[in-house]
Amino acid sequence: MVIDSQKMQALARRMAGAEIRGRSPWADARRRFLRNRAAMTGLAILVGVTAFALAGGAFAQWSHDELDFGVMGQVATLGQPSIANGHYFGTDDLGRDLYARTVQGTQVSLMVGVVGAAIAVLVGTLYGATAGYVGGRTDQIMMRAVDILMSIPYMFVLILLLVMFGRSMSMLFLGIGLISWLDMSRIVRGQTLSLKNREFIEAARAIGVPAWRIVLRHIVPNLLGVVAVYATLLVPLMILTESFISFLGLGVQEPLTSWGALISEGAGTMNYGTLWQLAFPLFFFCITLFGFFFVGDGLRDALDPKDR
Amino acid sequence: MARPLLDVRDLRVSFAIRPDGALPWVAPRRLQAVGGVDFSLAPGETLGIVGESGCGKSTLARALVGLVPATGRAEWIDGRDLIGLGPRQMMRYRREIQMVFQDPLASLNPRMTVGRIIAEPLRTHRPDLPAAEIRARVGAMMEKVGLLPNQINRYPHEFSGGQCQRIGIARALIVEPRLIICDEPVSALDVSIQAQVINLLIGLQRELGLSLVFIAHDLSVVRHVSDRVMVLYLGKVMEIAPAADLYAAPRHPYTQALLSAVPVPDPGHDAAAGMVPLAGDLPSPMAPPSGCVFRTRCPRAEARCAEAVPVPSPAAADHRAACHFPGPLSAAEIARARAAEAR
Repeated sequence: MVIDSQKMQALARRMAGAEIRGRSPWADARRRFLRNRAAMTGLAILVGVTAFALAGGAFAQWSHDELDFGVMGQVATLGQPSIANGHYFGTDDLGRDLYARTVQGTQVSLMVGVVGAAIAVLVGTLYGATAGYVGGRTDQIMMRAVDILMSIPYMFVLILLLVMFGRSMSMLFLGIGLISWLDMSRIVRGQTLSLKNREFIEAARAIGVPAWRIVLRHIVPNLLGVVAVYATLLVPLMILTESFISFLGLGVQEPLTSWGALISEGAGTMNYGTLWQLAFPLFFFCITLFGFFFVGDGLRDALDPKDR
Repeated sequence: MARPLLDVRDLRVSFAIRPDGALPWVAPRRLQAVGGVDFSLAPGETLGIVGESGCGKSTLARALVGLVPATGRAEWIDGRDLIGLGPRQMMRYRREIQMVFQDPLASLNPRMTVGRIIAEPLRTHRPDLPAAEIRARVGAMMEKVGLLPNQINRYPHEFSGGQCQRIGIARALIVEPRLIICDEPVSALDVSIQAQVINLLIGLQRELGLSLVFIAHDLSVVRHVSDRVMVLYLGKVMEIAPAADLYAAPRHPYTQALLSAVPVPDPGHDAAAGMVPLAGDLPSPMAPPSGCVFRTRCPRAEARCAEAVPVPSPAAADHRAACHFPGPLSAAEIARARAAEAR
């Protein structure tokens, strides 16, 4: 036998060596995601917008509720975007600094989007996974409840809620949270149904793992790919909903503002030569939506390499 | 005779089948997947279960571990009937009865590391064990089934089929069960890997004194593994006998047909000479034939077979065949079977 004994020993040492770190499906997905240019661009945009929301206020020369009496009344001529007077994005119709207000609107809109999506992920995933895993009559009742909730025109309910209980951030979150999880629970239930009959779930049942732990440990981690993709697409949807509500004048209240409210104001004055009032909030709104859609697409490709 | 580890009497499993688009108040039809199976299993013994696809092998296995509801009796060695136990009472016995699945990769959660997969039964049944102890036991078990313990943090997709089945075996063994139900554990593996996994199972069985229920459709594998073999057809026991007996002198026509279909790895062997072909397909388990379920394909069927269900009659003390006319097939009967097949 011509075996290099030294090499064999080296191999044996290596095989018996320290614990090898496995490459999890998540690590694989991360690698694919990092290689995806469009998704990375989207992510960069989102990081930029988030940084703008968090740190942008530090560069503002005016606060968001301060009126600049110097430009009031002559906004179209004096309130233009300029570095010199500190209104980087110009001023709004009342002479408030649009830069500070855009920073604040970004904060509010992102928060609404992320909180709405987070509620959807949490409630929708658990609800859908439970309904799908338990099955039978429980599933029927739980999903019919979702059907009924979905058949109610949610915009109508949301507007009623805001009118009846007053316009406030918490009411907005509640309203958006109430509707956002319905689609998610349906998607998750469908996925759970297909996972439920896989052999590893059966193996867990044969071992005697309690049902709630099968849902949490075996089903939910295998669903997370779909959930993550859907959640990134849900955030812009939530932002759009909030913007629409704010556009109607029912969303967040002054002095708070959001993209929708800013765009609404900007659109109202766009005939008077103050186009920047529309352009700046709209720009952030659009690139954020683009960012989320690119990231969502990238996540789907990364997590589901077979379904491309 | 010593008390059997598991004594199964008249085990039945049926499913309610609702035709597509049926209205909710229409009564579902019953599909009897397992129709009254009796057997007993001694400690340390291996029972092979064979039969063609759809004969209820896997359903029987699932019923034994309580994955599908069944009726009848399955008495454990301590006298407890396992059928119809609530989940809480069943927990104690789940530790004693573990299962190895057919598809090695599909039976492992792709998002869990191997270490966590193998540890799961321990965490479920011994929540009092400290993490370090669990880790040590998992490492030792991996070594026992021929895996490198340093691969504990890897994921199932990084292993080959044979290695995955070893992981499945390690998971089954970690809680020190007394009975392992292997549902076609090697059907999905290459032949060379099959031998490794089977020899691993046999070695572990000897070492740990396990009982095995070994389900397969590969008759040569079953013969190699089993002490006794049970032949199922359409959810019923056709014949049950010690492995050597059954292969040497099958008494049920179905067993003979089944054995004649085993490929022999010998180019000089004339496969057609002893072949007993079976005409037609397996009847629908929704509407099984009256009397003997095998009569529609049996070359020896007579009027009596349609009327009375044959009772497993002991030819020897431990050799039972459920046939009204047990015994080797005659040349005329084989010729009749071939004619029926040719038609």
